Amino acid sequence: MRKLDADRNAGSISIEGLTRRFGAVHAVDGVSLDIRAGEFLALLGPSGSGKTTILMSIAGFEYPDEGRILLGGEDITWLPPNRRNLGMVFQRYTLFPHMSVLENIAFPLKMRGLGRAEREERARAALRTVRLDQLGERRPAQLSGGQQQRVAIARAIVYRPRVLLMDEPLSALDKNLREEMQIEIKHLQREIGITVVFVTHDQTEALTMADRVAVLDHGRLQQLGAPRELYEAPQTEFVAGFIGETNFWSGSAAAAAAPGEAVGVRLEGSGVMPALAVSRVAAGDRVRLALRPERLRILPGAAEGVPALVTEAIYAGNATTLMLEAAGGQVLRLRIPAGAGLPEAVAGEAVTLGWQAADARAFGVAP
Amino acid sequence: MLGGRRFSPAASLALAAPFLLLLLVVFILPLATLLHESLFVPSPGLGNYAHALEEPVYLRVMLRTLRIAFLVTLLALVLAWPLAWVMSRSRGLGLALLGAAVLLPLWTSVLVRTYAWMVLLQRNGVINQMLARLGLIEQPVRLLYTEGAVVLAMAHVLLPFMVLPLYSALKGIPEDYPRAAQMLGASPWATFREVVWPLCLPGVTSGCLMVFLLALGFFVTPALIGGPQQMMIATLVSQQVRELLDWPFAGALVGILLAFVLALVLLFRRAVRLDRFVGQA
Repeated sequence: MRKLDADRNAGSISIEGLTRRFGAVHAVDGVSLDIRAGEFLALLGPSGSGKTTILMSIAGFEYPDEGRILLGGEDITWLPPNRRNLGMVFQRYTLFPHMSVLENIAFPLKMRGLGRAEREERARAALRTVRLDQLGERRPAQLSGGQQQRVAIARAIVYRPRVLLMDEPLSALDKNLREEMQIEIKHLQREIGITVVFVTHDQTEALTMADRVAVLDHGRLQQLGAPRELYEAPQTEFVAGFIGETNFWSGSAAAAAAPGEAVGVRLEGSGVMPALAVSRVAAGDRVRLALRPERLRILPGAAEGVPALVTEAIYAGNATTLMLEAAGGQVLRLRIPAGAGLPEAVAGEAVTLGWQAADARAFGVAP
Repeated sequence: MLGGRRFSPAASLALAAPFLLLLLVVFILPLATLLHESLFVPSPGLGNYAHALEEPVYLRVMLRTLRIAFLVTLLALVLAWPLAWVMSRSRGLGLALLGAAVLLPLWTSVLVRTYAWMVLLQRNGVINQMLARLGLIEQPVRLLYTEGAVVLAMAHVLLPFMVLPLYSALKGIPEDYPRAAQMLGASPWATFREVVWPLCLPGVTSGCLMVFLLALGFFVTPALIGGPQQMMIATLVSQQVRELLDWPFAGALVGILLAFVLALVLLFRRAVRLDRFVGQA
C-alpha cells in the first residue's frame, strides 16, 4: 500500500483534456480542471452534464477516451480504484448490511492490513468525529438516513485519504437534514483539511458548500469560479440561467462593445437600455440580456425606463415577487426584499422598470 | 391479490383445496401406505430398516448417493456462480440470451438431455472420436458408466436450479456495494470474499439445498449414464419394486431417504433464515 504523503500538494487533482464518449454521445468533452489541495470543489450541472462521469473517472470506475488525471502530480488515469487511496461517499449510503457500523468503518483499515486493536481504536475515533459514538454495535439498517450517511463519511475518512469524492451524498435526505448535513460536511472538511470533490445538481447546495464551483453542461465546462463569481458574473447564458433565477430578454446591441464594457441594448418591443457586454459584440448583433429579479427596480414617477404592467404580486414574507408584462409581451419577475423601504406595487398597476448597467449582462447570440 | 384485499381463511382453503386434495391423494396417501408397509410387513418392527442399514451393498448405495449428490452440488455451484454473476450485471439482449441458455435446457426433457450426454460420452461417441483424431488417445476411453460422467451429467441437468436462486440473490446486491469496497481499498478478490459472497449466501444456501435434494432422489440420469456399478438410491428403490416386488423393503429405503431430506431441510431452513436476518438487520 502506498504510504500517505505529507506533501502539501498531495491532495491536488489535475484533470487534463478529459473526454469520455458513450457511442456517439460525448459524456465529457475536453474538460480541464485544476483542483487545489484542501479545496472544496463542487461539480454542478443538470443530469447528463457529465459531472458524474468526471467523478467516476477520478474514482477509477470510468476510463477516459482522451486526457489524463493527476493526483498530487502523479498520473492515476489507469490505476484501479482500490489502489488510488481516495475516499468516496455514494448517493445511497452503501454501508455493508452484513457488518456492524464499527466493522464497516474498520473495513478499509482491514484491507490495509492493520491489526484488530488499531482498527477498532481508529474506527471508534472516526465514529466520534461524526458524533455517533454510541452506535458502533448497530447494524446499518437500524440507523436513520442521516446517521447512515455520517457513518459512510466516517468510513471514507478513517484511512486519511487525500481526497474525498462525494456523489450527490445528500440527495436521499429530506430538506432540513440536508441543510444540516451541508454545514456539517463543510465543517468536517475544514477540520481535517481534505480535498473534497462534490457532485450535485442542486445549485444552492453547490453555492453553500463549495469554495469553487465547476458548472457543466453537455459534457463541457461552462465556468469555474467562486460561488459569488458565478452568481454575479456568469460567463455564459447557460450559467446565468442555471445559477439562481434569471429573466432573459432578447434584443440587439445599439453599438459595438468589448467584453466588460457598457453597451446599450435595443430590447424587443421596447427602448434602449444599459447593459454590460459579456462577450465582444458589434453594433446590431443579436444579444440576450440576463436580469436577476432582485436587481430589477421600480422607478419613481416619470423616470425614464421600461414600462410594464404588474399582473400578479406574490407576498412571501421575506420578499414580494411581482409578475410583470412589459411591452411586446415580455414576461419578467421582479423581487422586492421586505423592510428595505423600496417602492412596491399591486396587481394591475402600470410601473416603470430600471436597472444598473452592471446588473444586466448581455450575451452574444450565435447568428 | 385480486381486489387488493386479504382472503378469509375459508376462501384461502377453498382456493388451495384442489392442490391440497391432489397432494393428499397422489403423494401423501401412497407414501403413507408405503411407509406403513415398511414398518409392518412381513412383521411389525424395524426389520426392513435394519436390513437396509446393515447390508453393505445397500449402505454403499446410500453413501454413493450422498457422495454423488454432494459432488453434483459442488460442481453446479462452481459452474453456476460466475454465470449468475454475469447475468445479474447484464441487461437487455445479453440478459435475454443468457436467461434463455439457462432456461431452455430446463424446458427440455431430462431424458433427451441424458441421451445427449450418452451420445457425447459413449465408446464411439463425439468426445472419444475427437480425442482420437487429435492423437491424444490410441484406444477409446471409458467415459460412460463412470461416476465422473454421472456427476457431470447431473450437474448439467440440475444447473438451472442453482443458477436461478444465485441470480436473484446477486441481483439484489446493488452495484455500489462492490464499488464502495474497491474505493475502500479492497482488491477484486477481497471484494468478493468480504462483500459479495456474504451477501449472496442466502442464494447459495437455497441453490445448494435445491440441487442436493433433487440429486439425492435423481433417477433417469444416474440410471442411464451410471449403469449398475453407479447405482443410486432411486434406482435401488425402483429395482426393489419392479424386479424383486419387495415393497416393504423399498418403503424402508424411501423412509430413510425421506428422513434424511427432512432433517436437511429443517437444518438449513434455519440457516437460510438466519442469513436473511443478518442480511437485513
